Amino acid sequence: MTTHLIKGVSVLGGTPTDLVIRDGVIASGPAEGVEEVIEAEGLIALPGLVDLHTHLREPGREDAETVETGTQAAAIGGFTAVHAMANTEPVADTAGVVEQVWRLGREAGYCDVYPIGAVTVGLAGEKIAELGAMADSAARVRVFSDDGHCVSDPLLMRRALEYVKAFDGVIAQHSQEPRLTEGAQMNEGELSGRLGLAGWPAVAEEAIIARDCLLAAHVGSRLHVCHVSTAGSVELIRQAKEKGWNVTAEVTPHHLLLTDELAATYDPLYKVNPPLRSASDVEALRAGLADGTIDIVATDHAPHPHEDKDCEWAAAAFGMLGLETALSVVQQTMVDTGLLDWAGVAERMSYAPARIGRLADHGRPLEDGAPANIVLYDPKATRVVDGSETASLSRNTPYAGRELPGRVVATFLRGKATVLDGKLQ
Amino acid sequence: MKRHLLSAADLTREDAELVLSTADEMRSLADRPIKKLPALRGRTVVNLFFEDSTRTRISFEAAAKRLSADVINFSAKGSSLSKGESLKDTALTLEAMGADAVVIRHGASGAPHRLAHSGWVRSSVVNAGDGTHEHPTQALLDAFTMWRHLGPRNGGTLDGQRIAIVGDVLHSRVARSNALLLRTLGAEVTLVAPPTLLPVGVDTWGVETSYDLDGVIPKADAVMMLRVQRERMNGGFFPTAREYSRRYGLDGRRMATLQDHTIVMHPGPMVRGMEITADVADSDRSVIVEQVTNGVAVRMAVLYLLLGGSEPAHTEGDDL
Repeated sequence: MTTHLIKGVSVLGGTPTDLVIRDGVIASGPAEGVEEVIEAEGLIALPGLVDLHTHLREPGREDAETVETGTQAAAIGGFTAVHAMANTEPVADTAGVVEQVWRLGREAGYCDVYPIGAVTVGLAGEKIAELGAMADSAARVRVFSDDGHCVSDPLLMRRALEYVKAFDGVIAQHSQEPRLTEGAQMNEGELSGRLGLAGWPAVAEEAIIARDCLLAAHVGSRLHVCHVSTAGSVELIRQAKEKGWNVTAEVTPHHLLLTDELAATYDPLYKVNPPLRSASDVEALRAGLADGTIDIVATDHAPHPHEDKDCEWAAAAFGMLGLETALSVVQQTMVDTGLLDWAGVAERMSYAPARIGRLADHGRPLEDGAPANIVLYDPKATRVVDGSETASLSRNTPYAGRELPGRVVATFLRGKATVLDGKLQ
Repeated sequence: MKRHLLSAADLTREDAELVLSTADEMRSLADRPIKKLPALRGRTVVNLFFEDSTRTRISFEAAAKRLSADVINFSAKGSSLSKGESLKDTALTLEAMGADAVVIRHGASGAPHRLAHSGWVRSSVVNAGDGTHEHPTQALLDAFTMWRHLGPRNGGTLDGQRIAIVGDVLHSRVARSNALLLRTLGAEVTLVAPPTLLPVGVDTWGVETSYDLDGVIPKADAVMMLRVQRERMNGGFFPTAREYSRRYGLDGRRMATLQDHTIVMHPGPMVRGMEITADVADSDRSVIVEQVTNGVAVRMAVLYLLLGGSEPAHTEGDDL
């Protein structure tokens, strides 16, 4: 394995220093036997990013994304670990499917893939899947989610929260009250009324979050709230944390930047679940991420083939790409605004998601002896996002044509460069 | 005017008044033995209907034919929401056939907007009703009807005229377009509905709202009843059809509280006995049949103004 010397890099934005990567770990002592030197003046080193919410689409929808292309997109975006959501075809609700996804990730080699197991059989919300079998499988599943669907039955949710305590699992809930969102298309507000698109009220998210926090407290288990999108949700999670309940939460990059005003274009690129919300929600989400109420940023990277977005709004699929732009969006919304420093970014995009997912080899400080999972990032670069140039198989980025700050220069997975000079290796 | 008519909000007051005055000229054509103008000879108008709506389609068809346009009716029932051809492929097909204007009715809000702005077609797009969004030509024909009845006693405008729009505002494209257009024309609009059938954010529409029909209609100059679709019954928006009729239906007793000049309107199709009783629908105040006649004139005006450009609607010396 190549021994790298990264010269003059600013670890978490601190004083420039040198990093040596040898035998897959961050090495101490003199830089002996260096085979490749990376001049990294002006670059920031962050621990390899960890995504707790990725849709890799394989098995089943290889026309939208595969484990290989999805992990390539992840590496380009600075990620060294992604959690693959369970809503594949077949659903990842058995040990067999999660092991298949896990194995595909290992074969691809761009990024570690940690499968998420479905909470209920077939995501149908009726019967708990074999959570224990998935936890005990080679994929060692710790995160369980019916994402795309809410575990809306309160008794089923209670049982799932209780059951995963046996193997230190966590239920990652897609908080969407189904009856309150029948046919819903966009954030319910003044604009939905004007555009004639069925409204998706904030309360449909908040009611489930409130219930789940109470359930998690009652049974003493871990709850993770996926893609928080409203100011009211932030407030509920803040209250739960103040009570000492074991609740964590994520926000997506797009909910930190984009608002429901974009729906006025009727362009389904902006159709996503949960929907883009108002500017005041965006502000509350940023504040919540800054003060730690929201623990992490997770991409909810959701590839869709072109024809599923090149149509009328109601017919289009929900979801947008996120892996390749996440760090830039976080820089723009959180760092350049002064809400977070780079240590804060490392916490929210690497350390904390690795803790929630119970990953041992990811999300560790860049210290001697730690696995060399590193991203080198140039915060001074800018780029206009080209929607036709994605490592992902799909093109449904909501940022096409937008100027975003920053550029991932290199990504190392256990010392092996997956990206160098911004290009896949 | 803009190249497309997608929303009543696309129309300035000047645009809207131009449509009304042009429609007035077109309407007088209906009284002549030969009801046809050569204005759009050689132009092709496609009626692209993804939803059944016989009355709107034949209204547009009559309008285009009276302007001598070639008309193609394209009924694409089923739409891309099921497994049929996508909106995009349908649009590309029409483009290849050389349509000058596409009149589209679609179940998805914003479908006409997509058609106009996705680069699929170059033709003018006229929204003939999209989902629960808008139906701008319906609003224009409604305004035209009001203007003909109320204008003469109000200085030739709708300024300050009180219009009550009653019923399922939440799902009504007619109500949205009317609220926008009537405000542009200076009228004062009150939307009357049970709270469950008023959209969130209606307070930003620049209109009044009320839950109390009896409190509103004695002051109104026009009362427009909206159709209540049977499928709303199962949505729990109101308990029963009978209760809805008691609270929000227009019957003979309520009609007796109207001012002498007040007209009663309905975009059709009516559910007699639900939102309007037969004696009201068939009364002298009802202009419901006239709305249909005016629909053709207004749609002629819209097609003419979008496609005919700056040329006058009639030639010099024509006694139109």
